[in-house]
Amino acid sequence: MIPAAFEYYRPQDMDGVLAILGEHGDDARVMAGGHSLIPMMKLRMADVPHLIDLQDVSGMSGIDVGSDSIRIGAMVTQADIIDNETLTAAAPILREAALQIADPQVRYMGTVGGNVANGDPGNDMPGLMQCLDAVFHLIGADGERDVPAREFYEAAYMTAREDEEVLTGITMPLPTGGYAYEKQKRKIGDYATAAAAVQITKDGDTCTSVAIAMTNLSDTPVFSEAAGAALVGTSVDDAALKAAITAMLGDIDPTEDNRGPIAFKNHVAGVILRRAIERAWSRA
Amino acid sequence: MSNKKHVTLNVNGKTEEFLAEPRELLIYTLRERLNITGPHIGCETSHCGACTVTIDGKSVKSCTMFAVQAEGTEITTIEGIGGPDDLHPLQEAFKEHHGLQCGYCTPGMITRAKKLLEENPTPTEEEIRFGMAGNICRCTGYQNIVKSIQAAGTEMNAAKEAAE
Repeated sequence: MIPAAFEYYRPQDMDGVLAILGEHGDDARVMAGGHSLIPMMKLRMADVPHLIDLQDVSGMSGIDVGSDSIRIGAMVTQADIIDNETLTAAAPILREAALQIADPQVRYMGTVGGNVANGDPGNDMPGLMQCLDAVFHLIGADGERDVPAREFYEAAYMTAREDEEVLTGITMPLPTGGYAYEKQKRKIGDYATAAAAVQITKDGDTCTSVAIAMTNLSDTPVFSEAAGAALVGTSVDDAALKAAITAMLGDIDPTEDNRGPIAFKNHVAGVILRRAIERAWSRA
Repeated sequence: MSNKKHVTLNVNGKTEEFLAEPRELLIYTLRERLNITGPHIGCETSHCGACTVTIDGKSVKSCTMFAVQAEGTEITTIEGIGGPDDLHPLQEAFKEHHGLQCGYCTPGMITRAKKLLEENPTPTEEEIRFGMAGNICRCTGYQNIVKSIQAAGTEMNAAKEAAE
């Protein structure tokens, strides 16, 4: 379980990071907490000749809750999310999701930026960020650009981020209404068999808007517009729930693995989404 | 191929300096380079928690960190928590309440539990189970580990109160 040899860099600023990325291209990888990358390097499934440790680069550890948006630096850890009371008051779904990621030790190290940039379909934050309509900030040699979370994921480990770019932070509008992050996993530390992020608003007894994203049920997170459309204008009764679940099942594309066959994944996805919608609705 | 890096760590209050290949995992630094063998290698895949140490106030699985990443940090292992002649209240409680059988997971359990009690001095059983979820024990069924941590917490809070 010892990784292949590599060169280690610990630049003090983003210019230093970009210079190394520019020189080595896809032979170089940036690392935040390392709790996705190091296990892959130990298994020799990731070949990283040039490893760039981001821990000394300043400006990526902040959580800023503004009057209409939230900005989270890429190096913010899951533990930081859980401990930040201002953030929890503004967007409680973030804490609810972070508490369901891995275990305490991993949450001290694992970062939001690493979780969303890695492109692993099992990661929880990508689907959550799609639900919250977040925007990812990328920086490269040619400057900065923004990519919406809903357009960022192309396939497993394939994202809109270029090899020589770094994801520096995330901005999202302040969420409103009820929320729920619901996750079914086999054991602590496991990825989801199925997970659902739901953010929902209502006027009286009528659902006025809803965002739904599913995790680990395709090779990317799945933002299900159709599932949301099935709920808007309804009182989120049983018929509407069934319609939303049916719509969601049309958008996901699970594969058989050690978490179960496809029929089981579809079944669990439906159960999890129903729970998430019901819980979010009860909080709206 | 890779160049060795100069690493300085403070481990259990003692400064350690050495040259290491970047791929050297911290658990190997501790066990094989520094002969600090309290942290154990259980799964080596970030699951079991036997290698847990405290790094700058965070519980970390030292099989999932390179020594070079820990450059400049302060690290505490079970050896820095208590020894045979001065057992930490957690060690006393694990002994008293049979919080271990084979003992393999115990250094990681106690190191993690110490941090847990620092963050939450009066945890409920549920909070202990959630906070200890990154440490696996294959002997005890966890019941006595929970009891031990509760007892140590009570003991430590009483000692703190008496001191004030």
